[in-house]
Amino acid sequence: MNNPILRTENLKAFYVLDMAGKQKVAKAVNEVDLEIRENEVYGIAGESGCGKTTLLKAIFGAFDPPLRLIDGHIFYYINDLGVDVTTLNANEKRKLRMTYISYVPQGSMSVLNPVIKVKGTYQDFIGSHVRGNTRKEAFELARQHIIELGLPRNILDTYPHQLSGGMRQRVTIALAALLGPRIMIADEPTTALDVVVQRGVVQLLMSIQQKLKNTIILVTHDMGVHANIADRIAIMYAGKIVEEATTTKIFGSPAHPYTRFLIDSLPRFGDKTQRGSVPGNPPSLTDLPSGCPFHPRCPHTFEPCKEQMPDYTQLDADHKVACWLVA
Amino acid sequence: MDKLLEVEQLTKVFSLGSILSKVKITATDSVTFYIKPAEIFALAGESGCGKTTAAKMILGFETPTSGVITHSGKKEAIKGKAWITGGIQAIFQDPFATFNPLRVVDRYFFENVRNFKLARGKAAAIELIDRKLRLVGLSYEEFAGKYPSEFSGGQLQRISIARALLTDPKLLIADEPVSMVDASLRMSIVNLFKKLRDEVGVSVLYITHDLATAYYISDRIAVMFRGNIVEMGTVEQVLMNPQHPYTQLLRESIPEADPARRWSSTVTLSELEHEEYLRRGCKFAGRCPNVMDICKTVIPEDIIVEDTLVKCHLYSGGYKGQ
Repeated sequence: MNNPILRTENLKAFYVLDMAGKQKVAKAVNEVDLEIRENEVYGIAGESGCGKTTLLKAIFGAFDPPLRLIDGHIFYYINDLGVDVTTLNANEKRKLRMTYISYVPQGSMSVLNPVIKVKGTYQDFIGSHVRGNTRKEAFELARQHIIELGLPRNILDTYPHQLSGGMRQRVTIALAALLGPRIMIADEPTTALDVVVQRGVVQLLMSIQQKLKNTIILVTHDMGVHANIADRIAIMYAGKIVEEATTTKIFGSPAHPYTRFLIDSLPRFGDKTQRGSVPGNPPSLTDLPSGCPFHPRCPHTFEPCKEQMPDYTQLDADHKVACWLVA
Repeated sequence: MDKLLEVEQLTKVFSLGSILSKVKITATDSVTFYIKPAEIFALAGESGCGKTTAAKMILGFETPTSGVITHSGKKEAIKGKAWITGGIQAIFQDPFATFNPLRVVDRYFFENVRNFKLARGKAAAIELIDRKLRLVGLSYEEFAGKYPSEFSGGQLQRISIARALLTDPKLLIADEPVSMVDASLRMSIVNLFKKLRDEVGVSVLYITHDLATAYYISDRIAVMFRGNIVEMGTVEQVLMNPQHPYTQLLRESIPEADPARRWSSTVTLSELEHEEYLRRGCKFAGRCPNVMDICKTVIPEDIIVEDTLVKCHLYSGGYKGQ
């Protein structure tokens, strides 16, 4: 087992909304304990609205109002020393970004400045994070990087609007990997992309990971993508991690009913038998059900489910699940 | 045989550029297919393949450069005729763009009932609307008086389908209806199309880039690439035994929810897409693993191989090359 590179402890991050005098709290990240390791691809799966993007923002340390850190800690392991991110100030966090940890947000193609060529964005970015480079040196660095990743060499001389969505996405991912960060966070990098382009984007992420031997935290609702690239997967529901295991175990022996629904709802070639979606709708994070948040949609609900959130049961060294059926 | 919709040599050419340098892009090139009653026909391909342009021409939103569209035996001479009769209805990709966010959703339904004279009086209208909503798993009570933002994406898409069903159409044109919905929720919408085909006899032209759902619900499929149909046949043949190299690439690239079946090779993506449109021979020649010299200069014919249409030089002369 590899060493940890990032750890969260009882992390609680809520959106505190004030609407016409009434306060509404969206419990987007609700007591999350994660341990993510070096040299792995860690996938986080779940439906829209389960809190996965908020979890990424929290891990990145981006607590912009109305998102507030309510409780818990986040540790980055830099040179084997655990640094509590929640105690760092804005400047210290900024120093870590891009060199230690980088973030590829959803719809990242819009990250590229539309009025300058792609190389301009790369040069600006290198200039603000690495000292002592002339613009020319920075350009060379960028070009080498692009070529090594198998992207077309002339891409730096184009404007973003000349590139397709998929190409812009890959350019943004290459940018995030430029300074060799130990952790890269990608939020839905393949959504809204065509299937062949999606494959190209996922394979780019894999080649970066193999080259840098770093950690990639990948959030997507598409279990097919997780099956192809992730080493371990966490299933998130209503702000909580309900199951976590190696990819093989998640697909081979999913323990949580929600995980089973997620996997069974995907169509498979060669099989036209009737399939169903997860029944019902995800709960509102401002108005969570009591006990286990999945109980209203779960076909196996029994008494304890409505009363209390189950603790984790360790099914295996690398498989844990929070469900009363198993406890 | 009864053909609900027939499209023959449908072509649309767009001119891009300024007065001094015009580039012509053939978005849809000689597309020919038909749809039978009570059938789900998938028109599949990636962005830029021309499927949405084809749909727009069928719906009357774009005028074809050439080609003939026939609805139930009547040739389309005038744009938008199909809308007027309500025999063809459409469902689009983004349900939040379909409905005005400032309008209560039920107003669209009442408006349709009024415009097509589908019921007399409010009570009858509500009864009709409720019936259509129940077909999609909703009811009038939980729907009335709400704005689009009060529904989830999946619910709103089902509401779009209910709205389309008000006029009892024979054909639904669904343009990427599940692309913006979470992968785990797509089944519920796609199952609806199956149900409509099986219980009500409605046909669906299912336009998508998601081959997995296309396989799951469609009867026949046409795969498009840069304006041309490159392979067409039953969904079992085309997707389980793809013959055109592009269909094979698409099929291989679908991420399967099974870690034992990961992609085994890296894919080459096209660099600047519009170059592929302007190729002289086969448009896929730049990326095809089986490319031959003839592919670069001569456009392949439509060849029939065991009931499947394949537009590829590998199959000319009636033999399977390679």
